[in-house]
Amino acid sequence: MPDRPYNPGRLIKRQKLATRVTHWIWAVCLFFLLLSGLQIFNAHPALYLGDQSGFTYENAILEIEGFPSWLIIPSTQDLATGRVVHFFFAWILVMTLALWLVASLFNRHLRKDLLPTARDARNLVPDIRDHLKLRFIHAVRYSPLQKLAYGGVLFVLFPLIILTGLAMSPGMNAVMPWLPELFGGRQSARTVHFAVMVLLVLFFIVHMTMIVLAGPLNELRSIVTGRYRLSPRRKSEASHG
Amino acid sequence: MARLVLTRRSLLRAGLASAAALPLGGCEAFDFLKDRENAMRDFMIGMNKLTYRTQRLLQSPDLLAPEFAAADIRQDQHPNGSVEPDTDDYLELLQGNFTDYRLMVDGLVERPMRFTLDALRAMPPRTQITRHDCVEGWSCIAKWQGAPLKHILDQVGVRPHARYVVFHCFDAIEKSLSGEILYYESIDLIDARHPQTILAYAMNDKPLPVANGAPLRVRVERQLGYKMAKYIRRIELVSDFGQIGEGHGSYWADRGYEWYAGI
Repeated sequence: MPDRPYNPGRLIKRQKLATRVTHWIWAVCLFFLLLSGLQIFNAHPALYLGDQSGFTYENAILEIEGFPSWLIIPSTQDLATGRVVHFFFAWILVMTLALWLVASLFNRHLRKDLLPTARDARNLVPDIRDHLKLRFIHAVRYSPLQKLAYGGVLFVLFPLIILTGLAMSPGMNAVMPWLPELFGGRQSARTVHFAVMVLLVLFFIVHMTMIVLAGPLNELRSIVTGRYRLSPRRKSEASHG
Repeated sequence: MARLVLTRRSLLRAGLASAAALPLGGCEAFDFLKDRENAMRDFMIGMNKLTYRTQRLLQSPDLLAPEFAAADIRQDQHPNGSVEPDTDDYLELLQGNFTDYRLMVDGLVERPMRFTLDALRAMPPRTQITRHDCVEGWSCIAKWQGAPLKHILDQVGVRPHARYVVFHCFDAIEKSLSGEILYYESIDLIDARHPQTILAYAMNDKPLPVANGAPLRVRVERQLGYKMAKYIRRIELVSDFGQIGEGHGSYWADRGYEWYAGI
């Protein structure tokens, strides 16, 4: 590189206030939802396919001892408290999602930042190559893989985990009897709820890894203060961002 | 030298990061929420009222819970909670095959009445194949037959200021120093008058087994299993349940569970 050794890129305002606030509310919600959810799961640590749980026939697809005390809230067996915590944060999550959706339509976060474009499709393979080489380009817009990851969480995993949660509610079953059937029965919906939880945990691990690899201070600053430093522009990348 | 500073700084940073993560790992940090007197827990369980109001708003009073086909009955109803009550009065009735059983219906009613099992069986029955969802997470499909609670309420005449139906039961899950703590539950009048709310005396075409609540259990199909009290001794209509048990409206609500179990 012929550049000077220290050549910072432009500092831009990247994340809107609504994006940052809802992001952190979700982070807190998902932390409590995960650990209280594992507490609830421990009350009957098995997963089934279909409408019901086989006691005298076999339809279980997972049977474990239960999660250890450091992974559950509260730290001892307490289904009642686990449920209180879980449903409290479930409501906050859903309300925040609704708020975020409205705000993101108005501040154009959806259209400008998350909606994949034809250019994203063209850049997908180079972006995968960049990620594999751990080469991170700090651009104004999300990269194609970022759009896929964030869009997948917001528009696939969040709706799925909320719908499978509602599918387990006997009160909501009266309102939407088709909902548990959509997933293959109430116990299947419970299994999908669990599987989506695992996917969200995987997303979290990748998310944290990417932040550390891409420069944790710059990445954290963008989701706390909104400011983000771009990669210094080089001729070959002038059109990339 | 510069390298050393960097290493130290990154070590410090790593140390701080793991220190910040520690309380997250040890979930004992949130064990204060187990305390039922805790103000934060009280605030959080308040969300149950929002769940109740939202579900009541979305459900018309007579909206039915899903019903299933006979082919969906794959096993016996899985018994849970008390399965073999051992209180003296219950054992006596059981020995006489419940011929001396009388269901007492009183409280805020025009005409307190006692019903024999024969009288309940003589009422126009309702039969339904429904899925029982336990708060623990499991489900089981069974066929239930019984007398609609609405029919019984109409006979005794509910007074205008009655708001809840309380089920007093024979079974004691735990014994305290002051004696046996008997199971009880309560539901609002919307659920009490719901077409699927029945006092079941038969299950899967056989008399209700002891493990499942003989001689009489209530079915409240739009809520979880713990609302469906077994071994019912008496039904009381009240305007508020603050004076019953520990005042939360049910044996399990007194132990920290939500009173409304539609979720």
